[in-house]
Amino acid sequence: MRVNWDYAPFQVLRDPARCVNCRLCEKECSNQVHRFDDKIKGMVADDTKCVNCHRCVAICPTRALKIALTDHTFRPNSNWTADSICEIYRQAESGGVLLSSMGAPTKLPVYWDKLLVNASQVTNPSIDPLREPMELRTFLGKRPSMIERDPDGEILDNRQPGLMVETPILFAAMSYGAISYNAHAALAKAAQRLGTFYNTGEGGLHEDFYVYGENTIVQVASGRFGVQPEYLNAGKAVEIKVGQGAKPGIGGHLPGSKIVADVAKTRMIPEGMDALSPAPHHDIYSIEDLRQLVDSIKEATQYRKPVIVKVAAVHNIAAIASGIARSGADIIAIDGYRGGTGAAPTRIRDNVGIPIELALAAVDQRLRDEKIRGEVSLIAGGSIRNSADVVKAVALGADAVYVGTAALIALGCHLCRACHSGKCNWGIATQRPELVARLDPEEGAERLYNLITAWNHEIKEMMGGMGINSIEALRGNRAMLRGVGLNQKELDILGIRHAGE
Amino acid sequence: MLQKEGQVRIPSGCAISGIFAKDGSRVNGQEIVRSIAVMHDRSNGLGGGFAGYGIYPTYKDYYALHVFYEDLNAKHECEAFLERHFDIINLSKIPTRKTRKIVDEPLIWRYFVTPLPHALSDSQLDEREYTVRCVFRVNTRIQGAYVFSSGKNMGAFKAVGYPEDVGSFYRLDEYEGYCWMAHGRYPTNTPGWWGGAHPFTMIDYAIVHNGEISSYDANRRWLEMFGYHCSLLTDTEVITYIFDYLLRKQGLSLEEAAQVVAAPFWETIQRKDPKEQERLTYLRSVFSSLLITGPFSILLGFDGGMMALNDRLKLRSMVAAEKGNLFYVASEECAIRVIQPELDRVWAPKGGEPVIVRLEKEVV
Repeated sequence: MRVNWDYAPFQVLRDPARCVNCRLCEKECSNQVHRFDDKIKGMVADDTKCVNCHRCVAICPTRALKIALTDHTFRPNSNWTADSICEIYRQAESGGVLLSSMGAPTKLPVYWDKLLVNASQVTNPSIDPLREPMELRTFLGKRPSMIERDPDGEILDNRQPGLMVETPILFAAMSYGAISYNAHAALAKAAQRLGTFYNTGEGGLHEDFYVYGENTIVQVASGRFGVQPEYLNAGKAVEIKVGQGAKPGIGGHLPGSKIVADVAKTRMIPEGMDALSPAPHHDIYSIEDLRQLVDSIKEATQYRKPVIVKVAAVHNIAAIASGIARSGADIIAIDGYRGGTGAAPTRIRDNVGIPIELALAAVDQRLRDEKIRGEVSLIAGGSIRNSADVVKAVALGADAVYVGTAALIALGCHLCRACHSGKCNWGIATQRPELVARLDPEEGAERLYNLITAWNHEIKEMMGGMGINSIEALRGNRAMLRGVGLNQKELDILGIRHAGE
Repeated sequence: MLQKEGQVRIPSGCAISGIFAKDGSRVNGQEIVRSIAVMHDRSNGLGGGFAGYGIYPTYKDYYALHVFYEDLNAKHECEAFLERHFDIINLSKIPTRKTRKIVDEPLIWRYFVTPLPHALSDSQLDEREYTVRCVFRVNTRIQGAYVFSSGKNMGAFKAVGYPEDVGSFYRLDEYEGYCWMAHGRYPTNTPGWWGGAHPFTMIDYAIVHNGEISSYDANRRWLEMFGYHCSLLTDTEVITYIFDYLLRKQGLSLEEAAQVVAAPFWETIQRKDPKEQERLTYLRSVFSSLLITGPFSILLGFDGGMMALNDRLKLRSMVAAEKGNLFYVASEECAIRVIQPELDRVWAPKGGEPVIVRLEKEVV
């Protein structure tokens, strides 16, 4: 027998005093961890298959289960960690690229946690959002550089089409295929109720969801999956996806197991075929090509839709953003190093790109230095985890943020990072009908609505504390931020002072 | 080391007062000094200042530059710069009255100037923009020189001290004008720099302000795209630039500018008729980064008029009054009653609703 050198990182712990052998865990686990053993007349678990998604733990009626990190160990080594060793075993066995899902779990600094927010004391009153209006409505798009008047002296509306959102939080692009029909339905319904937008991702738009067009951003990525004139005109905006924070420089990866009939039809590709979108757009080899694609999309949508260009945060992001701002795009979405994904090569996810905080600060300042900040709005994404991250992003200069991972967590995701397996027990990152059915779109929409509503309340509280009653006055208001434990270079890039200064 | 204004942002509370004669009749500067003196407790002796309009009728067609110099080198350098760019019609020290309450005064000079015609035409700028840029140049490039007033037929007078002492120091009882504005400052730090006192001016715009705006950095960083360099880090400076940008560069009316800086709430806009909704939505979305939040009451003086404006929540007191052709506005009613006990009308303007007064006829 071939020896398996890898070792299961998790242990399924079952309290025999509590387990009643109801076999619900066995039924619920798509990874087939649990099994009833006739010999011992009891449940047993195969730890090697466990991804630690907590489905069995949550579903167990007697709370008999928990998952623990194994204490099995290699000889401790700060350089050769257990992960590094096991990854080599796996690659030596398979000869393949390591795949991972969701955002990079690495220990690099999370700058949000090193930023602190200001509040009013004495010289300036804080404002109570329970008693005074507190405004989160945001306009996203180009702002004309000069006003124009008609012969009667009335101001003409010379704005280009843009987006009006009731909260500076939009749902990030997650394609139908990577996530389920029910997950998309929940996002669409929630976006509608919240007065914001969800984003189709690169997988096209299922015909059932055209009704949510007023709250939809449709995406055009390098694979052009599902792109056709009706699709382009179905939403309120079109997003050109150039890059993604989790995997800058490469295209999308959707395993054939997830390309079921409906997904195939929506994407306009054969069923069961891996959907690998090309690394670059083959009609964008340079910035002038981007301008042509922006113009083509505007032409195809009769100049009625703003165009968003989404890029991954990479080293030269400020110059790239400046180029995009001059290419006719209305909105730039920047996706940071920690941004999520349904599948990405591990090495790329964990080693390519830069943190969104630094990228956002650099881009906002660069666009101002070049006097073109009014030409575009900025959406920041790539691990916005809570309302404080939103406040800090807006204060650094974002007009709005994209949330992807946080939205999935609200739907039940437990961040087991096994989306690429297609066996999501929570019905989110899967196309298996019996698993998808576990996610109730109505309940999911309500949970998403609750989450963003809760964040809105918290944002208003923090704004009120600063004496600010409109999100517009927070945008780019870096005096409201101070850094802790940051060096001078980091402070300079973020454009903030250290706490105590 | 204690940092000077401009190196650090210093929040401050304040008192303001204004008088405006709609018929253009000339009001003695002593009136505004008496008014602001009543609100002594709203200042802490760390800054006071005044602006008067119509005070230089003899030189009304010339820009009146009031300049602080730290030393003679700065003066020589600045005068050499002025001579390269302007025809200097008259120059003199600004007359002052020595008082023990105002100390450490810089050299204070006044120049009546007009741009050199060939330099102006070479610059391809209009006369006002040309003057603004020259003032910026002096204030940012010439060490120890600071132009604190640069309008036509108007002037600002400011110092570190209580406003009534500042008024006496500058001998305001010897000036008459159709409009006066005053400011008493209560900063929460001790910069002790004369340039940091109010009013802040830019050509004929003068601003006095009571409040601490929470939108400061959002406003500042937006404005810096349009060539405004915020060197003092004060609210007053940024508010002046906002109005200059909206009024002079964008050509908005005063009412429209007020609807940008103290924009109506969305829920208020929703109650308007569709056309008005569209107009207000336009202003809010195009100029959203110039919305001012936090408490403020400001007086904006300009050639031939004055505007009083509160923040949209009215977080700072401000009272207006009328008596015949005279319009008064102040942080407290007592500051009006002390100079005009009998008033035709007294009211507290609503948050975000500008009160605008203008000369009814051209002043000769």
